[in-house]
Amino acid sequence: MILATSSSPHTKNNLSITAIMMWVAATLLPGLVALIHFFGWGYLINSLIAILIAFVSEAFILKLRKRPVIKTLTDGSALLTGLFIGLSLPGYAPWWIPVVASLFAIIFIKQLYGGLGQNLFNPAMGAFALVLISFPLPMTTSWAAPQGLNGIERLDITQQIEITFSGSPDIFDGITMATPLDHYKTNIKNKTADELLKTDEFANGPLYGIFWVNLAFLFGGLLLIMKKIITWHAPAGVIAGVTIMSLIFSSDPDIHMPISLHLMGGATMLGAFFIATDPATTATSNKGKIIFGLGVGMFTYIIRTWGNFPDAIAFSILIMNFAAPFIDYYSRPRVYGKSGSMKGFALKDDYK
Amino acid sequence: MNKSNKLWRLHGGIHPAQMKELSNRTPIGQIPRPKEIILPLNHSNGAIATPCVKVGDHVNKGQLVATFNIPVATKIHASLSGRVTAIEPRIIAHISGLPALSIIIKTDDSDEESFLPKIENWSAMSNDQLISRIEEAGIAGLGGAGFPTQIKYRSHAPINTLIVNGVECEPYITSDDVLMREYSAQIIEGTLIALKMLSAKQALIAIEDNKPEAIAAITSELTRLSPSNIELRVIPTKYPSGGERQLIYILTGQEVGSGNIPASLGIVVQNVGTIYAIRQAIIDGEPLTQRVITLTGTAVANAGNYWVPIGTQIQHIIDATTPELIPHEVIMGGPMMGFDVPSTHAPVSKVTNCLLIPAKNELPRRSEDKACIRCGLCEQVCPVNLLPQKLYWNSKHHEWEQAELNSLFDCIECGACSWVCPSEIPLVQYYRFAKSEIKKEHVEKVKSDQARKRFEDRQKRLEKLALEKDAKRKARAAAAAKAQANKETDVESKLGDQAKADILASLARVKAKKPKTEQPPKDADTLRLAWESAEEVVLKAKNKLKIAETENTATVSALVTALGKLETRAKKAKEAWMTASTPNNNHDGESE
Repeated sequence: MILATSSSPHTKNNLSITAIMMWVAATLLPGLVALIHFFGWGYLINSLIAILIAFVSEAFILKLRKRPVIKTLTDGSALLTGLFIGLSLPGYAPWWIPVVASLFAIIFIKQLYGGLGQNLFNPAMGAFALVLISFPLPMTTSWAAPQGLNGIERLDITQQIEITFSGSPDIFDGITMATPLDHYKTNIKNKTADELLKTDEFANGPLYGIFWVNLAFLFGGLLLIMKKIITWHAPAGVIAGVTIMSLIFSSDPDIHMPISLHLMGGATMLGAFFIATDPATTATSNKGKIIFGLGVGMFTYIIRTWGNFPDAIAFSILIMNFAAPFIDYYSRPRVYGKSGSMKGFALKDDYK
Repeated sequence: MNKSNKLWRLHGGIHPAQMKELSNRTPIGQIPRPKEIILPLNHSNGAIATPCVKVGDHVNKGQLVATFNIPVATKIHASLSGRVTAIEPRIIAHISGLPALSIIIKTDDSDEESFLPKIENWSAMSNDQLISRIEEAGIAGLGGAGFPTQIKYRSHAPINTLIVNGVECEPYITSDDVLMREYSAQIIEGTLIALKMLSAKQALIAIEDNKPEAIAAITSELTRLSPSNIELRVIPTKYPSGGERQLIYILTGQEVGSGNIPASLGIVVQNVGTIYAIRQAIIDGEPLTQRVITLTGTAVANAGNYWVPIGTQIQHIIDATTPELIPHEVIMGGPMMGFDVPSTHAPVSKVTNCLLIPAKNELPRRSEDKACIRCGLCEQVCPVNLLPQKLYWNSKHHEWEQAELNSLFDCIECGACSWVCPSEIPLVQYYRFAKSEIKKEHVEKVKSDQARKRFEDRQKRLEKLALEKDAKRKARAAAAAKAQANKETDVESKLGDQAKADILASLARVKAKKPKTEQPPKDADTLRLAWESAEEVVLKAKNKLKIAETENTATVSALVTALGKLETRAKKAKEAWMTASTPNNNHDGESE
C-alpha cells in the first residue's frame, strides 16, 4: 500500500490570491459607486476599458514570455490594476488614455519586471504618472464636475460613451471643472479660505462629492483591515504623514490647504488604504509599512503644497516604491529571543 | 492562586479548524493486545542502542531490553511480555521510509511484569535517587521532541518555575486533554514530584481555553489539595501557543534567548503526559511502556484516545478500530507539524501523540504553488516574529548567509506561514531545505578548514625541520672545522718530536696490519661505481648551490662547505679507483 507523503503542514487556510484580489476589488466598489454617482459614468467606462486592456495585454505578454495564461489571468491582479487605473483617471478622459495607461502598467511596469509580485513600482500609479506627464492637457481638463448639483446636467451612459470616444468633453457645456485641490491651490492666492469655501465649487460642489468618495474608500479600507487582508500600518502612516505635515504647515488656511481638504479632498483615502498597501511594492515589516506610509503622506503634502501637481498620491507612492527595499533593510522586526533587530547590511558578527 | 495572573500576547499565531470534538468525546480506551511489538534501536542522531536480550529470550512487560551509551537517549523497555523473536531491520515511523534495526517481541498472555520497586514516600528520597529512577524508567518528553527527561532535571542552572504544558494547540490532537480529564490527581502528584526534583518554587499548569473539562478536572483537584505552589493558567486558544518558547512568553513575558534553553531563565517546561509518566515511574515503578494516542480523522470509525503499548504497529490500531479501512494517508502528530508515515507497518513510539487518518478531501491540500505576492500574511502570523517572506526568497535563491542573518535557525517550523500563504507556497519545506543545506555546508567547511589547517601545519613543520637540520649541519661543520684546526695546531704544538715519531710509527704499524685483518680491498668496478656516484652527488650539489645563489638563500655558505667536502670525497674515490685499477688490469680492461 502506498501512502501519500507530503511536507507539513498538511492543511491550509482557504484565502487564495484570487480571493484576496477579489476582496480588494469588492471593497473598492463603494468608492467606484460614489465616483459614478457624483462624477458620472466615465469612471465605469474608464475602468472597463482599462480592465479589458489589462487582460488583453497580460495575455499577450504571457504568451511571449511562455508563461501560463489562464492561470495567471485568473489570479485577479490584472483586473485590480485595471480597476485602479479606472478609478484614478479623470472621468472625461478620452478612451486612449486608459488604453495607454493600462498597456504601460501591465507590460512595462508589471510583466517586464517578472510579473506578479516582482514589480518594483505600483503599476496603476506608474501608469497614472506616465499619462499625466505625457498628456497633461486631457489629464487636467477632463475632470468631471459633480453631476446633478448646481444645475449641472446628469449625463447618461450613452452621452458618456460619446464623450469618451470622441475624446472631447466640450460637446456638453460646463461639465468639467478643476479638482478641489487644484481649485483651492490656484484660488487661495486671491481669496481667503472662508470666501473660497463659500463659492459654488466648494460649498456643495466637487468637495461634497469628493468627500463622499473618500468616505467610501475609507469604509472599504476598514473592511479590508477587518478581513485581515491588509494591516493598519501603512494607511495609518499615510494619514499620520499628511496630518503631521498639515499641522506644521497648514495652520493658516489662507496660505495652504487645510488638513480636512488634504485628507478628504483628493485621493488620500484611496492611496492610504489601497495603494500604499499594495503588497508587492511596499515595505515588508509592520514597522517598515508605517515608515512607508509616513513617507507617502509627507511627500503627498509636499508635492501638493510646493510642487506643480494638485494631487500627489501617485508620485509619492512611486518615490516610496524606490525607497521600499531600503526601508526593509532598516525595519526588520526583533526576532523572538534576540536582543535587538538587525539593521542595514549587517554582517554575521554584528548581529547575535 | 492570587498572584499576578497576567498573560502576555503572543505575536502572530493562527486559528485553524480545531477538529478536537472528533476524538475527545469518549473516555480513554484500550486496544486489544498486539501480536507483535517492534522496538527500534536507532536514535535520531544516528546512535544505535545495544540490546541486552537475545533472540529467544523471554521478556516481561517493563523489562529493560536495550540501552544507549550516549547520554541524550532513553532506555528501551519491553512494552508487553513475550519472546524476542528477532533483532532485525524493520520499517519505522520516519518520513524516509528506511528500515531500522529493531527488537521484535512476539507477545504472549502471561502478562508478567518487571517493574521497578515502588517508591511510595517519594518526598523522603533524595533528588538524585528520584532523577535516576526517571532515567531507569526510560522517560522521554511526550510532547513531541522525545528529549530524555532526566537531562532537564540534571541541569545545573537553578530552576524557579516548572511549566506543565497542557496547551495542546495542534488541531485534532486530544491525548493531553483526555489525560488531564481522567488523571488529574496523578498529574498534580507528578507535578509535585517534578517540583521537588527541580527544587523549583512554583509550577504553572497551562491549558488552552478550548478544554473546559480538563480545566474543570485540574481545578477541582487543585481545590481539593490546595497546594501553595501550583497554579492553573488558562490561556487563549491560538496555534502555536503550546510551543515551549511561545508558552514561556505567554505565561511569563520572558523570551528564551536565541540559542539558549529555558533553564537559562530558570524555567523547565514539561508536557502533562511526561508529568504523568514521571508519577507512574516513581510511585508505581512503571517504566514508560505505553501512552495515550489520539486516533482521529474522519476516515476512522472509532476515533478517540487509546492506551497503546509503545512499539505497536499502526496497522494493528487500524485493524482494532476500523478493520476495513484502507488509508490513503496516515499523519503521525497533528496536521500542522505532524509527518506522513511511510507505511502502516511502522510502530508507534514514545512521542506518538496522535495518528491522524484523514478522509480523501478532509484536509485542504496545497495545489501548485504560485508567485509570492509579498502580501506579508506570513509575517503577521509568525510566532517568532521572523520575516518568512524574506526567508523564502533567501532559501529559493540559495542565499544561505542572508537566510542565517534573517534568523532562519530561530524558525520553529510551526507551519503557520505555510498555512496562511495565499500562493500556497510550501514555506516550511523551503526552510527545512535551507537549514539542511546550511548544516551540510557548515560540516563541509569544518572539514575543509581542518584539511587546510593540517596541510599548513605540515608545511610549517617541514620548514622548521629543514631549518633545524640546516642549523645543525652548519654547527657541525663549524665545530668540525674548529676541531680540525685545533687538532692540527694541538698536535703540532703540544706534542714533541719523539711523540710524533712514536705516533707515526704506531700508525705505520696499524696500516701494515690492516689489510690482513680487515675487509679485502674493493675491486676496481665497485670503486669506479663509487666514484661515479660521488661525481653525481657533486653535480647535484652544484646545481643546488646555483639555485641557492640565484635565490640568495641563507643556505649558500652551508652548501659551499658541503660541496667542498663532496668534491674531496669524489676526488678520493677517483684516486682509490685509479690505484685499484692499475695493478689489476684484467678486471679493468673491458671497461676502459
